[in-house]
Amino acid sequence: MQAFNTFTGIVAPLDRANVDTDAIIPKQYLKSIKRSGFGPNAFDDWRYLEPGEPGMDHSQRTPNPDFILNQAPYNQATILLARTNFGCGSSREHAVWALTDFGFKVVIAPSFADIFFNNSFKTGLLPIVLPEEIVSELFKDVAANTGYQLTVDLENQELKKPNGETIAFEVDSFRKHCLINGLDDIGLTLQHADDIHAYEAARRQSAPWLFLDQA
Amino acid sequence: MAGKTLFDKIFDAHVVRQQDDGTALLYIDRHLVHEVTSPQAFEGLRLAHRKPWRVGAMLAVPDHNVPTTNRLRGIDDLVSREQVETLDRNCAEFGVQEFAMNDKRQGIVHVIGPEEGFTLPGTTIVCGDSHTSTHGAFGALAFGIGTSEVEHVMATQTLLQKRAKTMQIRVDGELGAGVTAKDVVLAIIGKIGTAGGTGYAVEFAGSAIESLSVEGRMSVCNMAIEGGARAGMVAVDEKTIEYFRGRPFAPQGALFEQAAAYWRTLKSDADAVFDKVVVLDAAAIEPQVSWGTSPEMVVPVTARVPDPVNEPDPVKADGMRKALVYMGLTANTPIEQIAIDKVFIGSCTNARIEDLRAAAAVVGAGKVAANVKLAMVVPGSGLVREQAEHEGLDKIFLNAGFEWREPGCSMCLAMNADRLEPGERCASTSNRNFEGRQGQGGRTHLVSPAMAAAAAIAGHFVDVRYI
Ligand code: SF4
Repeated sequence: MQAFNTFTGIVAPLDRANVDTDAIIPKQYLKSIKRSGFGPNAFDDWRYLEPGEPGMDHSQRTPNPDFILNQAPYNQATILLARTNFGCGSSREHAVWALTDFGFKVVIAPSFADIFFNNSFKTGLLPIVLPEEIVSELFKDVAANTGYQLTVDLENQELKKPNGETIAFEVDSFRKHCLINGLDDIGLTLQHADDIHAYEAARRQSAPWLFLDQA
Repeated sequence: MAGKTLFDKIFDAHVVRQQDDGTALLYIDRHLVHEVTSPQAFEGLRLAHRKPWRVGAMLAVPDHNVPTTNRLRGIDDLVSREQVETLDRNCAEFGVQEFAMNDKRQGIVHVIGPEEGFTLPGTTIVCGDSHTSTHGAFGALAFGIGTSEVEHVMATQTLLQKRAKTMQIRVDGELGAGVTAKDVVLAIIGKIGTAGGTGYAVEFAGSAIESLSVEGRMSVCNMAIEGGARAGMVAVDEKTIEYFRGRPFAPQGALFEQAAAYWRTLKSDADAVFDKVVVLDAAAIEPQVSWGTSPEMVVPVTARVPDPVNEPDPVKADGMRKALVYMGLTANTPIEQIAIDKVFIGSCTNARIEDLRAAAAVVGAGKVAANVKLAMVVPGSGLVREQAEHEGLDKIFLNAGFEWREPGCSMCLAMNADRLEPGERCASTSNRNFEGRQGQGGRTHLVSPAMAAAAAIAGHFVDVRYI
């Protein structure tokens, strides 16, 4: 995973609640066995006027002019501003891959669905939870200033507005550590392989019916 | 000190190691795998030269992409076929047990887990699929994970987890005739909202939940995720224990009795304290129909389509307006006046034998209405299909004009050929009514199997209690 550095980026407003993972990446694209290439199909149903299928040349499709991410400068955005319960629905990590492949590094919302929230950290996308009023303020700021930008400083856990004002945010310390250093948590977990073996040995005694595969 | 909740008991029994920041390394007993969320995880293992930690803790099945007709012909869609074949190859390479497409035991991953006794009480169960919450019906801690975590479990048999908050949702009293588990869970989501359970592990309790069959409890836990909760669970009782007797992966003989003695402890202590408690009156729950594009947009069949002008929250009202446009509905229309184009009886919510029996009982000698272009029944597994045929349910459906299909996810998410065309309206026993879920532009109304069957015969929604 790539290390997450401080950056300044354009904020795209996606003003609806309960944006689900089916909307972020429709199911037909989940047939891919790869981890990349989902960017052109992020928000596919909202983004194009014709229906899409995998394998199409998506650059030949008609972009929906009303969809925010088709409009400059939001097509260059790296920060997505959204409403409550962002990423609800399925566990598909493809939703996160589609957003990062599009260019997003951060999603800001008043709340996220649990699985989406977890998946984000694994792929270097930072989900930031802010109170509803602050998110509403940001929507107003973006509406009033085309090309509105924020600086995201993960180390210090703050967002900086163009006027210098800062907004603090919370992030789990372990996840922050992994993001900043681009760490692979499988490697970290395997450092505790002995503990896992010890657990299994004890469990095989107390609940032998769970180890019929090793009987 | 207060007693422990069921969630805490199972969580505590699986902590391998506690980190200082409160994160626990949690041991995972059972890992279900399907073709959509696993290829990149297997690939990750290969790239890192890793092997699965405990291959016997895994069971794989293709379900999302499989065709529900002419199965022996193989898969026409090349991209779908490649994904299913990739699963076959990965399972062969790494030695993972798989019920391949033409195995009689193949089916929807959340139907076959319990059916095979692979799911067991007191276990931690994961799958790269949000509806893994289904398995919590058996007093297990079961939740969906993304592909990176799938790889993590494959490689380490563990997950890094923070303890969830606990919520008890109690449904007290007796359900009315014609009101099913599906109506209960839709009513719950209507009450708490799709984000109401976020951050919580939910335990469903109360006399109405206790009176449900284990299949009904699966339908309830299945949709816990639609209420935002990652895990839904129900305490173990004798119904749970009896369910597992003789199942292929379950312990047998003396070992079964030893396990059962432990399973009987899997309930929240009487003095356990939940972070939140929600109570519903079972008698007040009516058959439910979703009207919008989120499972919380649900009303009783006796109601009308809600009007956004009555919604004080502007973000919600805006969401309602968008949903009405997408669904092609006018506010204040009586639900019973909404005509349908298709009917789908299937999915991991409602494709078990009990669901098919309930639907067949409503169909009886009736015929699918002329305005219904397609009514299909997709059993949850090959074994469910076989049992239904043994009971003659397939005849009832076929005589009425339903199609009788082979098992899989099918039109629950329309990754295979089964889908809605733009603008088509469907009475569906599945769990998600998101935009485009059953096909781009398709309009989904979530209902119970009995309500779906009744709608198929009437051509529009009807109150199954009065037919
Ligand atoms: S039946 Fe539907 S919800 Fe269930 S696993 Fe399949 S696609 Fe997911």
